[in-house]
Amino acid sequence: MIYLQLYLRFFMTGLFAVGGGLATIPFLQEMAETTGWFTAAELADMIAVSECTPGAMGVNMATYVGYTTAGVLGDIIATMGLITPSIIIILIVAKILDKFRTNKYVQWAFYGLRAASVALISVATLAVAEMALLKGDISALAGGAGAGSSIAGIFGLLDFKCIFLAVLIFMGMRKFKKIHPSVFIGISALAGIIFSLGGV
Amino acid sequence: MKELIKLYLVFFRIGITTFGGGYALLPILQRELVEQRGWATDEELMDYFAIGQCTPGIISVNTATFIGYQRAGATGGILATLGFVTPSLIVITIIAALIQNFADYRIVQNAFAGIRAGVCAISLHAIIKLWKNAVVDKTTLLIFMTVMVLSFVLSVSPVFMVMGAGIFGIIINFIRAKKIKGGND
Repeated sequence: MIYLQLYLRFFMTGLFAVGGGLATIPFLQEMAETTGWFTAAELADMIAVSECTPGAMGVNMATYVGYTTAGVLGDIIATMGLITPSIIIILIVAKILDKFRTNKYVQWAFYGLRAASVALISVATLAVAEMALLKGDISALAGGAGAGSSIAGIFGLLDFKCIFLAVLIFMGMRKFKKIHPSVFIGISALAGIIFSLGGV
Repeated sequence: MKELIKLYLVFFRIGITTFGGGYALLPILQRELVEQRGWATDEELMDYFAIGQCTPGIISVNTATFIGYQRAGATGGILATLGFVTPSLIVITIIAALIQNFADYRIVQNAFAGIRAGVCAISLHAIIKLWKNAVVDKTTLLIFMTVMVLSFVLSVSPVFMVMGAGIFGIIINFIRAKKIKGGND
């Protein structure tokens, strides 16, 4: 029963993703690996689309994954799964609001949670980077013979055009902090088309 | 009833004008709720946002539920949240369907190769900002490193790591609190 599975998977994501939309990415990556519903490359595209379309990024990602996995009904169910824990928890917490916020155990837990969340997002981003900035599969390298050839192999794998674009975009974001990320995504798409990135 | 429909519509508007989520939501909430409707003050809004941050789940969804609850009880919370996610459901469904049909075109593949590189840069930029709030001392640095290694090398499920980090946070602070107390005796 794909719909029930989708609902439960996104319920877990909604329950354990702490923070903004980026925090859902590690959970979606695990979902891609364990269920095979979508590929890691598709996930990278979903992140991009979710970032530059209206709506909260986390909600957009859930809708997108749900649609890819099981069509329109799938996207509604995935999104409902994602928001159910929020609704339940907030409705409970709202009654004991002030006690909850100033509760030292809550604060202590979030002291640990935030650091873990950033680490998870970082690892998820590394996986996206592998997809975006390398030409092939890095695990193919492990099969290669000798240390000398593997260093040459690493250089052969790097997609310099894409790396150069990523560095430029990063510098642009640092410099022009007021410009919205979706503008940078638009620029990236244009650069991709103009310089035929991705070796296609 | 009128109040509930209004909540739904207001959050529909907020949903369609939000890009990205999380902190991107704050200025929009400020305009829609504080300036235009007087539903909350700036201070209250910051409090709502803080609640959204210190509860499990996505900040923007939590904040929507909470404001809806404040206005019109549990039903209000549910309707505000549904209003907030409706634009995503509509827009993403259309885009996903279009992309599936055009995915084989060379120009679309080139565009996405560029977009993925851009997403790396944008994520790195966001991580640096998050890092400043989350990794504040040696202990949180240790948590960060441990979770990185467990996740990268051993592929431990994020669910366990989030739970583990929360429990570890409570234990380490409990020990600290005890030490301070013991030192005063």
